[in-house]
Amino acid sequence: MKSNRFYLIMLALVILSYLVTALIDNQYPFFAGFAILQLMVMALAWNILGGYGGYVNFGSAAFFGLGAYAAIVSYQLFAAPLIVQVLVGGFFCALLGLATGYLTLRLRGVYFAIATLALLVVSETLIHNWDYVGGAAGAYILPSRTLSFLGVLFVGQDGGLFSNNKEFLFFLMCILTFLTIIICRTIENSKYGRGLAALRDNEEAAESMGVPTLKLKLIATMISAALMGINGGFFPYYMTFVEPTSAFSLDISINALAMPLIGGTASWLGPVLGAVVLGTLQQIATVTISSEINLLIVGLFLVLFVIFAPEGFLGLIKKFGKRRD
Amino acid sequence: MLEIKNLTKSFGGFTALSNVNLDVRSGERLGLIGPNGSGKTTLINCISGTIRNYTGDVQFNGASLNDLKAYQRARMGIARSFQIPKPFQSMTIKQNLMVPLEYAVQDNNLDQHGLDDEADRILVLLGLADKADDISSNLTQIEMRKLELARAMAVKPKLLISDEAMAGLSSTEVDDILKILVELNETAKITIIMIEHIMRAVMSFSERVICLDAGKIIANATPQEVIKVPAVERAYLGE
Repeated sequence: MKSNRFYLIMLALVILSYLVTALIDNQYPFFAGFAILQLMVMALAWNILGGYGGYVNFGSAAFFGLGAYAAIVSYQLFAAPLIVQVLVGGFFCALLGLATGYLTLRLRGVYFAIATLALLVVSETLIHNWDYVGGAAGAYILPSRTLSFLGVLFVGQDGGLFSNNKEFLFFLMCILTFLTIIICRTIENSKYGRGLAALRDNEEAAESMGVPTLKLKLIATMISAALMGINGGFFPYYMTFVEPTSAFSLDISINALAMPLIGGTASWLGPVLGAVVLGTLQQIATVTISSEINLLIVGLFLVLFVIFAPEGFLGLIKKFGKRRD
Repeated sequence: MLEIKNLTKSFGGFTALSNVNLDVRSGERLGLIGPNGSGKTTLINCISGTIRNYTGDVQFNGASLNDLKAYQRARMGIARSFQIPKPFQSMTIKQNLMVPLEYAVQDNNLDQHGLDDEADRILVLLGLADKADDISSNLTQIEMRKLELARAMAVKPKLLISDEAMAGLSSTEVDDILKILVELNETAKITIIMIEHIMRAVMSFSERVICLDAGKIIANATPQEVIKVPAVERAYLGE
């Protein structure tokens, strides 16, 4: 019953997000909304390995950036449509996640974190020096004003399902977010999620209790990397221009890790809350003060939460809920 | 059931186990004693697969375990408890037991309901039933030791290795645990290897006792005989 209700809410949200695009004309809310949803997917994806499995990954930006560049390559090679670009990004990153996982997941704690950071530096350097995708100068994707697929006009001023690309992207990002939430929730409530929790608590004991720890970690890295890659796959289309410094920015890794930590890593709701609060604050700060201040906000929140609420918003909610009883 | 041939394990220049040979019969109650640092825990780490880069051969029911990882050995029916309790701290006691029940037990007839009942049964057996929904990081040391044993039992093992499960327990609690282990051995026919420093417990429990010293087996006999072996006395008390 409860599960059905969850899926109904998700479906209602999909419909609602479409209605919003039809009713609001101003493009800015969709531009800002997209950015917040992007952070949400990053936070949820990071949390699969970092929160459920306990492996702190600093390389999220590597998967995000490579997803973006996989999209660029597919666009330049055969002018692939957006959906294909995004899927190529996801697929490529899933494979790369599997490979890096296999090489790095024998490391624990800070050593694993350093290895993932190295992955980020290596990928950025590679792209910087690859002329086909523009090297340091970056690459453009120019979305056309109309987009039709299988005879349906998705984007177009007259009679399109969406009147412009920003609305269309916002709606697609909503769907990706809902799918990511469903994936995370399914993991949490499954045998697989319990295995991840066991290896997070004590890997040696988990292995002795029959949990194939390496396999579970590899699956987690693959799912996490694929979601990051899909997320990154939208990036060139959204920005219309990509260069390595912004696609592989360390800010992405830090945001992906800070939001679950601030929201709470125990459940999918934590990263969602963290992204809503921090993402909104960052958007407000960008408009009113400067985007330079974004990382300061994240840093302040991170310090405050680590000291006063190590279990994040979820921990606070639980604490106050108990007090009320 | 368990055959160990020429098992050697070194850590750098230190030889923790040197050419250990050991046979354990199915259904046997074996005591493993020896001074601190004599290699007892290293030996069971090699049996359970926590340590795998040893030389020699470990066989279980005729099949070599050397290439199998710890989780695969657990699935074959080798369970262990840890000397320093390693509970899954974010989980409740019952959830702790669900991990081996879901992952190690190779019984396809057990559905979720069956697994649940099985966890409850083990908790009752160890007197943890009223704590089933407590988070395991809040347990006392004694409860943690019981949880260690409960979790090893949840693997539904053929061979159960208990690594100092009774350290720090009171005399009556030691008796309680002994009773449970004897019952497991007699009714469920589980082979048990017990590492213990509480001599009273090992001596009354074991059918056979082996004594390790500096990585070598220095005695292998009935409990009554082992304490009379001069080498054992020397290992514990010195010259």
